[in-house]
Amino acid sequence: MASSAIASRSSFLKKDGTGGFSAFRRQSPFPCSAQVSRKKVSKKIASVMAPQQSERKPSTTGAVKTGMTMTEKILARASEKTQLVPGENVWVNVDILMTHDVCGPGSIGIFKREFGENAKVWDREKVVIIPDHYIFTTDERANRNVDILRDFCTEQNIKYFYDIKDLGNFKANPDYKGVCHVALAQEGHCRPGEVLLGTDSHTCTAGAFGQFATGIGNTDAGFVLGTGKLLLKVPPTLRFVMDGEMPDYLLAKDLILQIIGEISVAGATYKAMEFVGSTVESLTMEERMTLCNMVVEAGGKNGIIPADSTTYKYLEDKTSLPYEPVLSDGDARFLSEYRFDISKLEPVVAKPHSPDNRALARECKDVKIDRVYIGSCTGGKTEDFMAAAKVFLASGKKVKVPTFLVPATQKVWMDVYSLPVPGSGGKTCSQIFEEAGCDTPASPSCGACLGGPRDTYARMNEPQVCVSTTNRNFPGRMGHKEGQIYLASPYTAAASALTGFVTDPREFLQ
Amino acid sequence: MAAAAAAAFPASSTFNHSSTTQNPSVPSLSSLSFSRKPVSSVSCPIRSLESLKLNRCARFLSAAAPSAASSTASAATTFHGLCYVVGDNIDTDQIIPAEYLTLVPSNPDEYEKLGSYALIGLPASYQSRFVEPGATKTKYSIVIGGDNFGCGSSREHAPVALGASGVAAVVAESYARIFFRNSVATGEVYPLESEGRLCEECSTGDVVTIELGEDSKLINHTTGKEYKLKPIGDAGPVIEAGGIFAYARKAGMIPSRDA
Repeated sequence: MASSAIASRSSFLKKDGTGGFSAFRRQSPFPCSAQVSRKKVSKKIASVMAPQQSERKPSTTGAVKTGMTMTEKILARASEKTQLVPGENVWVNVDILMTHDVCGPGSIGIFKREFGENAKVWDREKVVIIPDHYIFTTDERANRNVDILRDFCTEQNIKYFYDIKDLGNFKANPDYKGVCHVALAQEGHCRPGEVLLGTDSHTCTAGAFGQFATGIGNTDAGFVLGTGKLLLKVPPTLRFVMDGEMPDYLLAKDLILQIIGEISVAGATYKAMEFVGSTVESLTMEERMTLCNMVVEAGGKNGIIPADSTTYKYLEDKTSLPYEPVLSDGDARFLSEYRFDISKLEPVVAKPHSPDNRALARECKDVKIDRVYIGSCTGGKTEDFMAAAKVFLASGKKVKVPTFLVPATQKVWMDVYSLPVPGSGGKTCSQIFEEAGCDTPASPSCGACLGGPRDTYARMNEPQVCVSTTNRNFPGRMGHKEGQIYLASPYTAAASALTGFVTDPREFLQ
Repeated sequence: MAAAAAAAFPASSTFNHSSTTQNPSVPSLSSLSFSRKPVSSVSCPIRSLESLKLNRCARFLSAAAPSAASSTASAATTFHGLCYVVGDNIDTDQIIPAEYLTLVPSNPDEYEKLGSYALIGLPASYQSRFVEPGATKTKYSIVIGGDNFGCGSSREHAPVALGASGVAAVVAESYARIFFRNSVATGEVYPLESEGRLCEECSTGDVVTIELGEDSKLINHTTGKEYKLKPIGDAGPVIEAGGIFAYARKAGMIPSRDA
């Protein structure tokens, strides 16, 4: 799969007639196309296969250890082995198991059915339970599901349960956090070198901390609850090397949409996606989380970024537990390697109805939109709202379509109402949003990112067109089956809100 | 590709008269069923869909030994019924939209309800409903898809909804990782891989048979063509047993609950 993608890439770089190449430039505005200009034909390779290492005969290897990727190293340590290769199935010790209100009750049901009514979880301090999906709803079954979590946590004396009881006012619930993936990071449950499993596909977000993190189903989670272990297949790693200075109109969302557009929604199925390079090193933790968050949209098993000083600084006041970071060996084997010159990228969107349906934001300037949504584990973090506020501030204008804001967690909500936006003379995001005519920031939760019960705030109940900072745009994802979702960065979402059309944020940021 | 696969598998003598669309040898809809039976005992009565589903539910209610424990190395698994054909990238929101995720799959009555909503998220371009309004079961026991079936969220509700609606197997070109894993872990449906693009070779309502064995294949009785399926490998016995827990108990990997 990967090699065929690479083969097609190299054929694109050949100059065989004009028609095919210009079509490529129009459809796939990628750094390499910008480099291949008439003036100077760059020899830079946009993506290459890692050199095939010839198989060494056992007599010459002896006890020599073969290089491993970060992902392989973490899984080796967690399975108490010194060496692993992709494809091996190993029993892995789990450091953290996270579940939420949508899959928690089912996982608990399986745990009780299989281990018995009186069974105890393997470690009450390693199970983290975060209600976040269907919270502010009158849906009785949704409310019951949070009750099931609460009863279980009481019975099992679960240490980390971020409960909500007063649905009328989330601020009356000091324990309540909101979107699990953002809460996991903010509460210090993401640590380099560890294994974190969660009953949510976006659990891969935590790979930003240099750990192995992936989503699992209820049955597997039920097994982990009882044993603290899970049988996992070691994935081969695709390496994405991103270099170059990040233009100030781009966000990590643009990078990951670019990559998914490149390798398709199945391009990384069963594989690890490792992100390295000077651009990645320059990203904040929240931006790294955005990058890893959407690897599952390319089918990836996990995303991973080497821990560095940025990671350690973020963790300083969040965890007191010791952790051991790991890095990929110099001679680690990667299934393939993709290189990007980020300085050449432009803001992108994913058009309906697939996250790999990539287009430049400016190519979609004639797409009239009905609403804008800023929120979710992907695009509802503090920096996402700061980015949107920056665009509103720069324009000084009012939004032309309803603009819904759903902070991911209670902490993000507090930041939106308290942190000053740089260059605003001390205004907070919330003040800037109000002046721009946005809807008042809503109670933190997964909100309308995945539709949810009918009364979910900002759910798409009509067949409208929405620009959203969320992660999926499959039919019906935000509610209505005929709704059209354009996935975009917070910059692009805010710029689009200001014009009522899909809009390149450079219109306001330059 | 698919045509080549079909050519490589000329219709067997058992089925070569099935190129006519009205094939008297094809069981009528009322007796549609699939069996998980040892090849050696062809004469044993085919267990009905209904009884298998009851067995599945029994897993929730009691510590009864998994029904499929009789399988041996020589066991063959056969499914027969109508197929429902979908395209590429059928994501979990289309299999079971998020508004139904409040249903907890481990509760037997909610399990049944999940089945009634299976594939309700498909766009209006799909003219045949997978489950008729008001019904809890589908008349299609086999789903045929394209690439990347089950992509999107990790919701186990997806394979559960398909299994609860009466689906025995999905046949697709490829699967998203978590859907495949959840299908095996729950034992709800067989996630089988085709060698060609069967979603362009078959039409909704075609009568098909899947035979799993050394050479797994799908036979489309409506068109009279046969297609090779990729081997299910070690996942087969896990699904056969009724999921990863049942399999692990059977294999002695984890202690029996009765002990």
